Amino acid sequence: MKGTIFKTAAASLALITTLFAATSCANASATNETTAGTSAPEAGKHYSIINVSYDPTRELYAAYNEAFKKHWESEHDSTVEITQSHGGSGKQALEVANGNPADVVTLALEYDVKAVQDAGLIEPGWVSEFPLDSSPYTSTIVFLVRKGNPKNILDWGDLARDDVGIITPNPKTSGGARWNHLSAWAWAQKEYNNDETKITDYIKKLYANVLVLDSGARGATNSFVENKQGDVLLAWENEAFLSLKEYPDDYEIVTPSISILAQPSVAIVDKVVDKNGTREVATEYLNYLYSEEAQRIAGQNFYRPSNEKVLSEFKDTFDLNINLVTINDFGGWDEAFAKHFADGGLFDQIYEQD
Amino acid sequence: MKTNKRLIPGFGISMGVTLALLSIMVLIPLASLVVFTAKMDLSDIIKVITRPRVVASFEVSLLTSFIASVINAVMGVILAWVLVRYDFPGKRILDGMIELPFALPTAVAGISLTSLYADTGWIGGLFADMGIKIAYTRVGITIALIFIGIPFVVRTVQPVLEKIDPLYEEAAGILGASRTRIFRKVILPELRPAIFTGFGLAFGRCLGEYGSVVFIAGNQPYETEITPLIIMSELQEYDYPSATAIALVMLAAAFLILFLVNLIQIGNSKILKGGH
Amino acid sequence: MTAENTEKTSPVISREGSTDIHAKTAGSKAVKIILITVSVLFLFVMLVMPLITVIYEAFRKGLVPYLEAISDPDTMSALLLTLEATVIAVVINTVFGLFAAWTISKFRFHGKKVLVTLIDLPVTVSPIIAGLIFVLTFGRQSVLYPFLESIDFMVVYAVPGIILATVFVTFPFISREILPVLDAQGTDEEEAAALMGAKGLTIFRKITLPHIKWALMYGIVLCAARAMGEFGAVSVLSGHLRGKTVTLPLQVEILFGDNKFMPAFAVSSILVVLAVVILIVRSIVEYIGKRRGEK
Repeated sequence: MKGTIFKTAAASLALITTLFAATSCANASATNETTAGTSAPEAGKHYSIINVSYDPTRELYAAYNEAFKKHWESEHDSTVEITQSHGGSGKQALEVANGNPADVVTLALEYDVKAVQDAGLIEPGWVSEFPLDSSPYTSTIVFLVRKGNPKNILDWGDLARDDVGIITPNPKTSGGARWNHLSAWAWAQKEYNNDETKITDYIKKLYANVLVLDSGARGATNSFVENKQGDVLLAWENEAFLSLKEYPDDYEIVTPSISILAQPSVAIVDKVVDKNGTREVATEYLNYLYSEEAQRIAGQNFYRPSNEKVLSEFKDTFDLNINLVTINDFGGWDEAFAKHFADGGLFDQIYEQD
Repeated sequence: MKTNKRLIPGFGISMGVTLALLSIMVLIPLASLVVFTAKMDLSDIIKVITRPRVVASFEVSLLTSFIASVINAVMGVILAWVLVRYDFPGKRILDGMIELPFALPTAVAGISLTSLYADTGWIGGLFADMGIKIAYTRVGITIALIFIGIPFVVRTVQPVLEKIDPLYEEAAGILGASRTRIFRKVILPELRPAIFTGFGLAFGRCLGEYGSVVFIAGNQPYETEITPLIIMSELQEYDYPSATAIALVMLAAAFLILFLVNLIQIGNSKILKGGH
Repeated sequence: MTAENTEKTSPVISREGSTDIHAKTAGSKAVKIILITVSVLFLFVMLVMPLITVIYEAFRKGLVPYLEAISDPDTMSALLLTLEATVIAVVINTVFGLFAAWTISKFRFHGKKVLVTLIDLPVTVSPIIAGLIFVLTFGRQSVLYPFLESIDFMVVYAVPGIILATVFVTFPFISREILPVLDAQGTDEEEAAALMGAKGLTIFRKITLPHIKWALMYGIVLCAARAMGEFGAVSVLSGHLRGKTVTLPLQVEILFGDNKFMPAFAVSSILVVLAVVILIVRSIVEYIGKRRGEK
């Protein structure tokens, strides 16, 4: 009796494996043409690359991919197809580290790209592989308020007032929310002359006013814009502009006196491009982000172009006089993360004492 | 008894297929979770799962799931009763609708429940006028969980109710028992195992629910943050050990609930058989 | 008319007899009306309103934008992937369900309760954990990964992973439907047949299958419904590669995140329609099943 059990167990195991092999073969055959072969572009070849990015870049890359496809195909005798994936920056990095076959990552912060590096997929030194610390466009954190600014929210200090309801995503899960948190911290540092107790008090009051702590930037935007929660949304500048574009009569943007220079990072996933033979097209994909055409696309999608000339074309859109601190003022991401967002860190303590 | 133990042929084959599929689909993947957690020290695991925020999320998850399952148990019995014992126009539609929460993706459910119960929504607006907030509170979570759990109690109670021999009720009726008394003394005891089974299944499902809840919850730590969301956020912090440790606790809870349910169900199937 | 239902299940009672019962046990008209009203209201608020919301939002901008939204190529490929995963999940779970229910109901063995519990476990395992365990088993951290990589067989963040997750969450659906029927039926008929020398397959085909035919169909329908709608587990495993590993529920999530609310609800409406169609099929199956059972 035992023998039969094992035999049939083995047989059905084999059956299942075949079934799955069959389905994956059907899918593999579609990509085979790109995976075989060397790195040099060949005539008539079809390339397929995957760009794993974070939430608010959806519109940006939808537009950029079109432009890049045209650019590549006009200069090479091969075609290229780009598959996008978007989600929370941290989650996306984790998925790439776990085997999501991204050729390039374009994430919200250096810290997340470093997680992919730590998994052994990206070689150290990627930060200097592309100009400006591999950060082709930047953004910052602004306030989105309801039209006419009924609660008269002008700067970070107003966020601690009792009558203000705040929407921000959760810094534990959202890259954007980490920038929010650090911006508020930067303001308070200046306001209270680095007095840690006062700063923490302020931050605590700010979070006490938070009504919905969504897990991602897009979720927070939806809570504020679609479900009309709260008085102010702490948002990526580009997200705020997008909402404004959609509902020009309902919202306005308030630029605080101090904010943070958010530098999204891009990198090639070395292990994957070497395996797929897509290094050249992937490199060109990221390089072309610095071209004037791409910089203009970034500006049109409300990202601040890193190219000064193109940036000046958008001087009416962006408040260029905003006082921006950078992550280096916090000692870099590793230090900032350990202090503020790690388990048992400042963010956890703020909620614990409630 | 021993002689008819293996009277029917095919035990080897069917047991083999069952175990093989069960192993590939369920046991091996679940084992990898256990193996992964085993790499941690017990003290680390305990430290992770006793973090105040994690404990608070257990509370939120348990409380909202419990309330939702109790409401579903009561409504489930009423629905099953109405569907089995009454006849009215549109009954078939009502009956067909019960499985909707199974068939509707949880994300779709979450999005539409949120827009319905937010202060700007059709229902949320009514309550907002009375000063009651539904979406982004524990009430909102409970509503989403009620939605998820509707089919369980109805579908476990319904077949039992159908099988209960009306002879008993008739007899009790003839003997002069009142209707509520008949229900309490004759019908309810028969239904009890089925209600518990349905309750247990709904409760287990609610504890783990993610898709529909995240949209409506508000996700405030200590207030409206559910355990699956904590797991998700640990994952996003690359903290696999913490995520798996918390996941293991939930898994143990799920197993325990199901084991109890199945103990009850064995009693239940005796009733079903006895009815024959 | 009130008797119809009980009659189906208890043929012992004559028509007049059971009508009589219901006059007594079903209670007065008032109770009946109250209970029906409560039920209808509850289901209306909890189930129908969300559906109306979906449909209302989907068509808010009119028919043309709706058609544009659902004919998007990404949506189409998501639909195909959803159907593929659903079909495979139904096939695997049907095979499993039949064997498992047969094993559990027709034989005595040690550890039966544990086996039943293990089979049911996927229903109560959080979808997030369901996704997580497959990432742990087949992802880069797994000991299997180097082997999978060497044969170029991607499981997570690829179609096989999505199928695995779908099978997992619907795993017990079919066995759970068949099991009570087989249990209630007992083993007498099969034993008699076996004593008369019938082979296992013959016994199954001639005796067992007719009993469970409708439960099986019902299980298949439920399994299909749940498979199409799975979100959490698939979301963890998918990688959200647009046009490649995105199922319909994920497509809804993506569109929602893109701030494309109308298209998000439009794609949701496809799922709502599929769900409703499946439930109608189910009701028909059940109806025919009961009528056949009566005769």
